[in-house]
Amino acid sequence: MERTTIDLWVGIFVVAGIAALVMLAMKVGNLSTYNVSDSYQVYAYFSNIGGLKPKASIKSAGVLVGRVTGITLDTERYQAKVEMSLDKRYQFPQDTFASILTSGLLGEQYIGLMPGGDDLMLKNGEQLKKTQSAVVLEDLIGKFIYNKAEEPAK
Amino acid sequence: MTLARTFRRIGHSAINAVWRIGLATRFFFLILLYSGSGFRRFHLIIKELFSTGVMSLIIIIVAGLFVGMVLGLQGYETLKRYGSESALGVMVALGLVRELGPVVAALLFASRAGSAMTAEIGLMKATEQISAMEMMAVNPIARIVAPRFWAGVISMPLLAAMFSAVGVFGGYFVGVVQIGVDEGSFWSQMQSAVDFREDILNGVIKSFVFGTAVTVIALFEGYDAPPTAEGVSGATTRTVVTSSLVILMLDFILTAMMFGGN
Repeated sequence: MERTTIDLWVGIFVVAGIAALVMLAMKVGNLSTYNVSDSYQVYAYFSNIGGLKPKASIKSAGVLVGRVTGITLDTERYQAKVEMSLDKRYQFPQDTFASILTSGLLGEQYIGLMPGGDDLMLKNGEQLKKTQSAVVLEDLIGKFIYNKAEEPAK
Repeated sequence: MTLARTFRRIGHSAINAVWRIGLATRFFFLILLYSGSGFRRFHLIIKELFSTGVMSLIIIIVAGLFVGMVLGLQGYETLKRYGSESALGVMVALGLVRELGPVVAALLFASRAGSAMTAEIGLMKATEQISAMEMMAVNPIARIVAPRFWAGVISMPLLAAMFSAVGVFGGYFVGVVQIGVDEGSFWSQMQSAVDFREDILNGVIKSFVFGTAVTVIALFEGYDAPPTAEGVSGATTRTVVTSSLVILMLDFILTAMMFGGN
């Protein structure tokens, strides 16, 4: 086969391969939706994080605003310290309320942010003071059974 | 003395295996050493890219499409029981990008391009073309082997990416177009679950490693083949068998290193 034809086909091949990679990154992966470089870090303490995992999404009014970057146990207060990285475009008041929620009945857990009314905005490295822990299904069932047992028999 | 003979045979084959691994490793470093001159004659690599990469396109695209479609169908059947059909996109994309894309593409590549490489070099050796090159003071590793090696290493990640991309569309076709899973949740759940660095880049690294392993095995078997018709055919068979096993073993090791830690 002629050299120009071979060059043409190899060019098509390489371009198609790179296009497939870009398509995987943009359409299948999350490269287009979340950019790591423009973000600021905040943290919060939860008494129970349930099934929250690193890289879980952080949403406010249902919109993805950041990701959980790290979860550690603080041995001074025996609470879970959750570090989050939020998109710089979204600023939140200092009295923002963070709660661990579940998407759907069996879905994955995420952090929901409910903005407060403070004029001061959260800055890099600050703490979200108001938090609500995850609802653990076993505790809920346990409470329910306990309450049932308390009721006088009919 | 049959016992001694059995042990002797085991020892012989063990020494032989280690010997061949050592030879293959030395061969790999020789390729790297002599690839400098191969890059100066880049048209040689382009010619090999045509025969290894472009000619494998059809089989990779067709196989990727069907693997994605089967994943869509089977995944739907399983996920339907738990009422989470909307996670079909996640399942198809993660399965393809992490495992099936690199592994199946590498297996196809080994049988499509690797066997051809072995047979070609084995026949060159059998017809004494390689000895003739040495007589003309042309280094056969730099002239014949290194371009094929780099063509394999370059084309393997591209082929695996195309396999995954086509497979995702196969899953989309069966899941969304035919069965009727919600299109929005198919793509959005996929995008929120597939991480660029964690999943896609690791898949690319995997296919890069597989490409290196397959081409080194194929070239070594060809270069090392006994210069007879029987020797070349045996070497071709060994290429496909060995590289398939090596791909699957390396896949386990790489998966354990990449995704096993959490």
